[in-house]
Amino acid sequence: MTRTTGPALALDDLRVSFPSAQGPVSAVDGVSLELRPDEILGLVGESGCGKSTLANAAMGLLPESAEVSGAVRLGDRDLTILAERDLRRIRGDEIAMVFQDPSTSLDPVWTVGDQVAETIRAHRDVSRREAKARALKLMREVGIPSAEQRYGEPPHRMSGGMKQRIVIAAALANDPAVLIADEPTTALDVTIQAQILQLLDGLRQRRGTAVLLITHDLGVVAQVCDRVAVMYAGQLVEVATTEQIFSHPAHPYTEALLRAVPGTGEPGAELTVIPGQVPDLAAPPVGCRFAPRCPFATEECSIRPPLEGDEAHGAVACWHPRSRDREVTAR
Amino acid sequence: MTRLTFVVRRLLLTIPVLWVMTLFVFMILRLIPGDPVRTMLGFRATPENVAVARHQLGLDEPLWRQYVGWLGGLLHGDLGNDLISHAPLSELMSQRLPVTLELTVLSMLLAIVIGVTLGAWAAVGSRRVRSLTDGAVVLGVSIPDFWLGIMLVLLFAATLGWLPPSGYVPFSDDPAGNLRYMVLPVATLAGAEAAYILRTTRGAMESVLQRPSMTYLRAKGIGPFRMVAGHGLRNAAPTVVTVIGIQFGVLLGGAIVVETLFGLPGVGRLIVTSINQRNYPAVQAGVLAVATLFVLVSLAVDLVVAWLDPRVADGVGT
Ligand SMILES: Nc1ncnc2c1ncn2[C@@H]1O[C@H](COP(=O)(O)OP(=O)(O)O)[C@@H](O)[C@H]1O
Ligand SMILES: [Mg+2]
Repeated sequence: MTRTTGPALALDDLRVSFPSAQGPVSAVDGVSLELRPDEILGLVGESGCGKSTLANAAMGLLPESAEVSGAVRLGDRDLTILAERDLRRIRGDEIAMVFQDPSTSLDPVWTVGDQVAETIRAHRDVSRREAKARALKLMREVGIPSAEQRYGEPPHRMSGGMKQRIVIAAALANDPAVLIADEPTTALDVTIQAQILQLLDGLRQRRGTAVLLITHDLGVVAQVCDRVAVMYAGQLVEVATTEQIFSHPAHPYTEALLRAVPGTGEPGAELTVIPGQVPDLAAPPVGCRFAPRCPFATEECSIRPPLEGDEAHGAVACWHPRSRDREVTAR
Repeated sequence: MTRLTFVVRRLLLTIPVLWVMTLFVFMILRLIPGDPVRTMLGFRATPENVAVARHQLGLDEPLWRQYVGWLGGLLHGDLGNDLISHAPLSELMSQRLPVTLELTVLSMLLAIVIGVTLGAWAAVGSRRVRSLTDGAVVLGVSIPDFWLGIMLVLLFAATLGWLPPSGYVPFSDDPAGNLRYMVLPVATLAGAEAAYILRTTRGAMESVLQRPSMTYLRAKGIGPFRMVAGHGLRNAAPTVVTVIGIQFGVLLGGAIVVETLFGLPGVGRLIVTSINQRNYPAVQAGVLAVATLFVLVSLAVDLVVAWLDPRVADGVGT
């Protein structure tokens, strides 16, 4: 199918705004991004920069009040123009999503196994028994010990990590081409976080599922992502391979973000906080939204820089990119 | 804690509750000011007559012996004798209790069907549906039983002549006739109940449908019917059942009014007439029957809730 040819999922100039008393809040502003088959693409940015809004827009899960434009392409269909009925057939089947907190995702009075089987029966015409057998297989695949006994248990008897595994099993039940994971490890203990990331990585390798991994944690990115898209105030500022991002960040914001993470800068480097404030998305700065906080900003920056680049270096939306210059001068 | 231990514990807990209840029923009647025997025999009774009557009723014995004797009788199904007819009260109860049971159970079933259906509909419905059900709830909870009963009689019995205004035949004698007599009392009693259940169902459903787990269901591609019925109602059910249990007590109170209004020979009417006749043993038996019914319904409700919500038996907060 489309899996081996084009991108698994493509966002094309996606814009989302929410009405508010201060006027429309522009939460996602002209994002174009391709998720390739088989890859884990990290989407990073500070809290409130529009990551979840982007994910929900891709899934068609935004509230009615949200104003959406642009396209979300899955195969040859644009999900933004599909009716809810048709979207329902695709969600959980071709594109699936995992949320931050498994405790609030799962139904507390349903058994965990039935919640996995439910996704199968929503999309496949199989008997109860067959759905149960498949759900058990999935539970084993995501690493739930003694799955047969666990099948009939309610979620509250499980740890957070086990619950998230159930959520992932349900998401992958129908072998979707795309999995969107919105901060899937944020609610979990650090040791469990690593296990869940490994699980996602293993599933991606075995099943070839393309994963959009949303996180505010660069440590998570470093562990499993092939490429990274950096988002700031509703706009993409940089997209590059994980290696590029960590070794040669091109956007001043990416650079600042890296410096703000302990242990990723030079040894002994101080944890720096980016000066200034995240802009108000109801009245964002014209042009580059990072300009008011950027030490390199010039007059030019009041015009929005396009996201441009190449496969080797990645793409950056900046009139004064950083490391790429450095690299060029070094060469 | 497993479900089994929860069930066993809850069953065992019912025993002391029932016992405390017998104490209450016994004491309340002894604490009423005035001497029942004197009231019963009237002014002209001689002290000798009173003493004889007191002895016959066992009222000259110490309270604790009276209680033990009464409790011992209860355990054997002996409720004592009616002061007026001298017939065994257990026999009287076996005629009266089915009437009250039929009235309250039918009313509750009707109220549940109406309340849960409209409540679920209101939770997902349009603004118009919501304001319609709002109006129905306000009407339902504010109209008193007796007034609703009288209005129904005026309309369906006096004006239209479709249904009998009062009276009763046992179901075993004439099933159709029995149901004809039951329609108005059941409707009267169910009105307010349906309103309470509607309000509870709607509130519980609305809060469930706002949970993040509903977004997760949408992300799995689950359709709206399954979301509302399979998850929404299913999650609202423990709350609704709990309220139904509490409301059953209210319903039993309402049965006293409704049985009197419609001339139904149930336990409620027995209590009212027996109080008027100072027929204390009969009052005692009637109150005991109603209270036992309420304790058993509460037990059933707790067990159903624990079955509906696995967190209850595990003692986990919901
Ligand atoms: N349903 C909504 N209604 C109004 N504003 C919203 C809604 N969802 C998100 N927003 C706003 O959109 C912006 C981005 O939020 P979000 O996508 O949750 O960010 P992130 O996931 O990166 O933390 C925030 O300013 C937030 O207040
Ligand atoms: Mg978020």
